[in-house]
Amino acid sequence: MAESVVGAVADGSALEVNRISKTFLVGKREVPALQDVSFRMRRGVVTGLVGPDAAGKTTLMRLAAGLLVADSGSIGVLGLDAATQSLQVQGTIGYMPQRFGLYEDLSVQENLDLYADLQGVSEAVRPARYAELMQMAGLAPFTRRLAGRLSGGMKQKLGLACALVRQPSLLLLDEPTVGVDPLSRRELWDIVYRLVREQGTSVLLSTAYLDEAERCDDVVLLHEGRLLAQGTPAELRETMHGRSYEISAADIDKRALQLRVAHTPGVLDALILGNSVRAVMQDETPPAVEGVRCAAVPPRFEDYFITLLRQKTGGMPDVTAMAAGSRQPDSDKAVIEVQELKRRFGDFYAVNGISFSVQQGEVFGLLGANGAGKSTTFRMLCGLLPPSSGTLRVAGADLRHAAAAARERIGYMSQKFSLYGNLSVAENLNFFGSIYGLSGRRGAQRIEWALNEFELRDIADFTSGDLSLGYKQRLALACSLMHEPEILFLDEPTSGVDPLARREFWARINALAAQGVTVMVTTHFMEEAEYCDRIAIMAAGEILTLGTPSSIKQQARSPQLPQPTMEDAFVELIRAHEQRAAA
Amino acid sequence: MLARIFALVLKEFRALLKDKRSRMVLIGPPLIQLMVFGYAATFDLKNVPFAVYNEDRGHTARELFAAFDGSPAFTKVAQITREGEIAPLIDSKQVLMVVHAGPNFSADLLAGRSAALQVIVDGRNSNTAMIVVNDVREIVSRYNIQWTHDHGGSPPPAHVETRAWFNPNLESRWFFLPGIVGILTLLVTMLVTALSVAREREQGTFDQLLVTPLRPVEILIGKTLPGFIIGMGEATVIVLAAVFWFKVPLVGGLITLYTGIFLFLLSGVGVGLMISSFAATQQQGLLGAFMFMVPGIILSGFATPIRNMPQLVQDITLLDPLRYFLVVLRGVFLEGTPFHLLLNQFWPMAAIGVVSLGIAGWLFRNRMY
Amino acid sequence: MSSRMRLRGLVRKEFLQIVRDPSSIAIAFLMPLFLLLLFGYGVSLDSKHLPLGIVVEQPSADTADFTAAFRHSTYFIPHDYATTRAAEQAMMAGRINAILVLRQDFAQRLRDNDGAPIQLIVNGVDANTARIVSGYVQGSWGIWLQHYAQQRGQEFQVPVDMQQRVWFNSELRSRNYLVPGLVAVIMTLIGALLTALVMAREWERGTMEALLVTPLSMREVIVGKLLPYFILGMGGLALSVAMALYLFEVPLRGSLWVLFAASALFLVAALGMGLLISTVARSQFVAGQLAIIATFLPAFILSGFIFDIGSMPPVVQFVTHLIAARYYVAILQTVFLAGNDWSVIVPNALALVAMAVVFLGLTWKKSRKRLE
Repeated sequence: MAESVVGAVADGSALEVNRISKTFLVGKREVPALQDVSFRMRRGVVTGLVGPDAAGKTTLMRLAAGLLVADSGSIGVLGLDAATQSLQVQGTIGYMPQRFGLYEDLSVQENLDLYADLQGVSEAVRPARYAELMQMAGLAPFTRRLAGRLSGGMKQKLGLACALVRQPSLLLLDEPTVGVDPLSRRELWDIVYRLVREQGTSVLLSTAYLDEAERCDDVVLLHEGRLLAQGTPAELRETMHGRSYEISAADIDKRALQLRVAHTPGVLDALILGNSVRAVMQDETPPAVEGVRCAAVPPRFEDYFITLLRQKTGGMPDVTAMAAGSRQPDSDKAVIEVQELKRRFGDFYAVNGISFSVQQGEVFGLLGANGAGKSTTFRMLCGLLPPSSGTLRVAGADLRHAAAAARERIGYMSQKFSLYGNLSVAENLNFFGSIYGLSGRRGAQRIEWALNEFELRDIADFTSGDLSLGYKQRLALACSLMHEPEILFLDEPTSGVDPLARREFWARINALAAQGVTVMVTTHFMEEAEYCDRIAIMAAGEILTLGTPSSIKQQARSPQLPQPTMEDAFVELIRAHEQRAAA
Repeated sequence: MLARIFALVLKEFRALLKDKRSRMVLIGPPLIQLMVFGYAATFDLKNVPFAVYNEDRGHTARELFAAFDGSPAFTKVAQITREGEIAPLIDSKQVLMVVHAGPNFSADLLAGRSAALQVIVDGRNSNTAMIVVNDVREIVSRYNIQWTHDHGGSPPPAHVETRAWFNPNLESRWFFLPGIVGILTLLVTMLVTALSVAREREQGTFDQLLVTPLRPVEILIGKTLPGFIIGMGEATVIVLAAVFWFKVPLVGGLITLYTGIFLFLLSGVGVGLMISSFAATQQQGLLGAFMFMVPGIILSGFATPIRNMPQLVQDITLLDPLRYFLVVLRGVFLEGTPFHLLLNQFWPMAAIGVVSLGIAGWLFRNRMY
Repeated sequence: MSSRMRLRGLVRKEFLQIVRDPSSIAIAFLMPLFLLLLFGYGVSLDSKHLPLGIVVEQPSADTADFTAAFRHSTYFIPHDYATTRAAEQAMMAGRINAILVLRQDFAQRLRDNDGAPIQLIVNGVDANTARIVSGYVQGSWGIWLQHYAQQRGQEFQVPVDMQQRVWFNSELRSRNYLVPGLVAVIMTLIGALLTALVMAREWERGTMEALLVTPLSMREVIVGKLLPYFILGMGGLALSVAMALYLFEVPLRGSLWVLFAASALFLVAALGMGLLISTVARSQFVAGQLAIIATFLPAFILSGFIFDIGSMPPVVQFVTHLIAARYYVAILQTVFLAGNDWSVIVPNALALVAMAVVFLGLTWKKSRKRLE
C-alpha cells in the first residue's frame, strides 16, 4: 500500500503556486492576504511555510485545499487545479486545520470512523489502517475516550490521524503545534518524518515556531502576503554566518544586560538565553558593549528570519519607557502566596495541592502542558474561581472576597485576549480605562500613552475583532496595563503569536519588572521560560519542580545531554513524571 | 462609580449597535412586526366568503340575503341550487358558511309562522365559527325587528339594550394592539439581554470584567440600562404607532403608562439577564429565552383569556410579567384606569424584576463552569 | 457508493452528537411535552364562568324568573349589586365583565307589554369576550321569551328562526382547533431550534473547515444535517400527535398517514429555515437573535392558528404566504376535524414543498464549498 504511493510520487512538484493574489474584505477595508506569490514545492519532503502573524500562511493552505478561490493566479496540487478541480484535490490530500477539526463530543474511534467514511476508505482496509494510526499516534488505549477529554497533544495527534486516514499523497498541516506542549510537538515531528521516509508523503506545514522551521527540508518564507525567500534552512541560515554572538557578564542582571545590548548600535536582535544574551548584528563586527564577554556562535535559522523582518519593519521597537512613575523593587516582600491549593471538578483534581510564593518585582512563570492546571491556578488567584481547599493571598488579600478596590491592584490578560470584538481599539482602551476609574485628563493621558507605547495610533479606529493576533495581543496587554497594576497576571500571553511580536512583548514585560511590577505568567514556549526569574513546571495539577531556569536546566544535565535546553529539561521532567504515574 | 457605570453602558451600547447587522436586527424586525401584526391580530371578520342556497321563490328571502351581502363581514361567492353542493364548498374552504332558505320560507313568513333559516358553518376554527354565528344572529334579529315593525306585529314584551363601554364598536384591534405593544417590548428586551452575558462568558470578556474593581451590582446596572433604554425607546415608538397610525384611543395618563412600561422592562430585563447568566453557552441562553418567551406570551392573556385556564395554569401565569403588563396597557389605553387601581399589577412586576436581577447578579460570580 | 458511505458517516456523527448533548433531545421531546401540556390545558377561547353583575332595582317574581337563567348557567358567575353605580365601580376595577340591569319599572312594563328594557353594559376592551357575553344574553333572552309566552298560553313566533349547524366541531370546542394549531407552532419552534445553531456551531468551532476539505459535496452536508434532525423532529411530532389524540381528545377524521406525510413536509421546511438562518448568520449570536425573531411570533400570529387570515388586509395576507406554519395549520385543522379533503391538502402540501425547496435551495446556494 505504501509502495504504490511512493510510485506515484516520481517527479514533478507536489504544489505549484503560480502568481497567486487574494484580498479579503474586512469591514469596508480591503486587506490583501497574498500578493503575487509563486513557488514550487518538492515531492516527498517536508516544506515549512514560515512567517509572522498575518503573513498569509493560512490563506495559502486554504487555497491549496480548494477552500478558497484566488483573485488571480493558480495553484496546482499534484497536477490538479485547486480551484476548478477542488473535489478531486480534496480526494487526494489530507488537511488538518487549526484547532484540529475534531468533534469534541465524539470519541476517538468515532472521529476516525467519520473521517474514514467521508474519505471513502473501504471497510476492508479499516482495521489494519486504524491499528497502524492509533499505534503511531499512541492513542490505542484511548479509542473510547471523547476527543474533548484528550489533552492538547493527544488532540493534535488525533487530528493528524484523521487527516491521514486515507493515506494522502500531500498532507497540509496548518499550524499543527500551536498551543501544544514540547513533548507532543516532538512526537508530531517524529510522525511527520516517518510519513515522509516510509511512505513518500509530501508535507506542507505552516508554523510560527522557528525552531520547527529548522527541522523542515525546505522553507518558504512569507511576510505580509509576499514571498520573502525560499530554500533549505541550512542555505538560509548560512547567509548569517559570523553575525551571531553570545554575550555574558557576571555582575549584570540578565534583563539589564539584554536591555543594554539591545541599545547598542548595530544590534538587530538581543535575546536572553540562560544567564547570557544572544545578539545578532547587522554585519560581522561584534557588538561594542563594555565590560562583557563576547563569543561568536553559529547562526540559527531564527537569526535569518528576524534579520529579514527587521529589515522590512525597521529596527527594534523602543519599549523602555513604560510607565510614568517607577516603583522601587522590594524583593523581600511576598506579594503572591499560595499554600496547599486544591481545586476539584467532580472527582478530578485540576489543581492538586500546590504551594509557592512570588516576590515583588519578580517574573514568575508557570509552565506545563495543556490541562496541567495552569489556567485553573490563575483563575483562582484572580478570584474567578473559588478553591476547593488551601489558602491563597494576592497583595495580602483573597481577591474572591476582598473589597472591589483590591482588584485595582492587579491586571489580567487571558489566553483568549479577551477584548470586545466589535469595539474599536480606542473604545476598548477607553472602556478599560474608565472601569478602573481613570477619567478626565488622567484617562486621556493613559490612552495617549497606550496608543504611543503599543504603536496602536494608526489603527485606533479599527474594529478590534478584525485585528491580527499580534495586534490583539498588544491591545489586550495595553488594556490590562491602563491602570498601572502592581501585579500582572498573563495567561499564555503569546500563544499563536509570531516571534517578532513575542520579542516585543517580552521586552515590555522586562521593563515592567524592572519598575517593580510583579509578573505572573503561564506559557508553553520553553524559550520564554528563560525570561522568568523563577519558574514552576506543572503536570496533572502538581508542581514538579520550582526554581530558576538555569537550576532547572542543571537538573536535566546528563552525559547524553551536556547542554540541555529548557525544552529538554521540560521533556525530561514530564517523561519521568509519566513513568512514575504509570508505575 | 458613576463614571464606571457610564463606561459599561456605553460599551454595551456600542457592542449592540455598532455592527450594522445587529443594529438592523434590533430595530427593523420589531417595527415591521408591529405593522404586520397590528393588522393581522383581530377577531373582527371581514369578507367571510359564504354561499347562498335559496330554494324559495319569493322576494323576502332575497331581501334577507341582500342584508348578508351588505354586511362588511360577509361576501357572497357562490349561489347553489342543490344540497349536494354544500359539502364540497365547505370542505375545500371555498366558503366558510352556507345560508339556506327552504322552499316554504316566504310562505311561512307571510303566514305568520316562523320561517326557518339554516346556517351551516365550518367549525374547524371554532372561534371564527362562533363569531360568524354571532354576526348572523345580529343580522337576523335586525331583520326580525324590521319585519315585525313593517307588518304590524306586536313587539316582544321585553328587549335587550346593549351598551359597550370603552370600545363602543367592539373593535377587537383595540384589544390586540396594546397587547402587541407588550409582546414586542418583551421581544426587544429578550434580544438585548438573553444572550449578552452568555456571549461575554464564551468570549472570555466576562472574566476580564470580574477581575476589575467593578462590583456585581455595577455590572448589573451596566447590563440593565441598555435593555432599559432600548426597550423604552422602542416601546415609545410602538405606542406612538398604535395611537397615531392604528388610531387606538389612549385614554389614560402617560405617567401610569410609563410606570407600567418601566416596571415591565425591569422584570423583562431581569428575567433575560437571569437566563443569560445562568447559561454557560449562547445555545443554552437561546433555549432559555424561548422557554420563557413562548409560554410568557401564550399564557399572558394576549389572545386567550386567563380566566378560561384551569386553576393550576392560572397560578403559573402569576409568574408571567407580561400578564400584568397587558392589564396595565389595556387599562390605560382603553379604560383610562387610574394609577391606584393598577397597583396590584405594578407590584408583582417590580417583585419579579428585583428578584430576577438579584439572582442574575449573584450568578455573575457564583456560576460554576 | 462512496457518496452513501459519506452520508452514512455524517448522519452517524450527527446522531452521536445528539446523543451526547441531551439538549437536542430535550428540544425534540421535552419541549413539545411541556408546551403542549401547558398550552393544551391553558389555551381556550371557550368562555365560561364569566363574572356578570346583576342589578335588579325592584325584585319581583318576574325579575327572578328572568335572572334565574343566568344564575344557573355555567357561562356566568352572577354577582348581585344593589345599585348600578356599585356595579359600574366593580366593572372599572375589573371584577366583572358585564352588567345586567333590570330597572324599577321592568315588571310593570312587562305586564303592560310595553317593551320592557333589559339593559346590558359590557366591558368592550376585550371585544371578543364582549360579543360572547352579548350573544349569551341574547340567547337566554330568546329562550326566556318563549317560556314567558308559554306560561301565558300564548305562542311566540319569531319571523325568521335561525337554525345553526356547525360542521366538524358541533360543540364549538376551541381546544379541537387550538391543539392542532399549537402543534404547528411548537413544531416550527422545534424545527428551527434544532438546526438554527448547528451550522453556526460548526463554523465557530472550526470543524466545518475539516469537513469541507474532504470530498464531501455541499448537498451531502445539507442532507447529512437534515436527516438526523428530521428523524428526531418526527419523533417529537409523533409525541405531539399522540397527546392531541389521547390526552386532549381531538378527533382525527382524516387518516394518520396523511397527517404524517404533511408533517414530514412541514418539518423539512422548518428545518430548512433553521439551516438557512444558521448558514446566513455564521455566528451563534446573530443566528440566535434571528431565530427568536423569525420563528415564534410569525407562526403564532400569522399562521391562521388564532387569527383568521381571510380577514386580514391583502398586504398582510400576502405576508402570511411566507409563513410555512400557515399551510401546515390549514392541513392539520382539516385532517383532524374534517377528514382527508384533498382540495385543501394538495395545494397546501404543494406550498410546503415549495417552501422546503426554497429554504434548502437558498441554504445550498449560500453555503458554497468555500470559506468566504
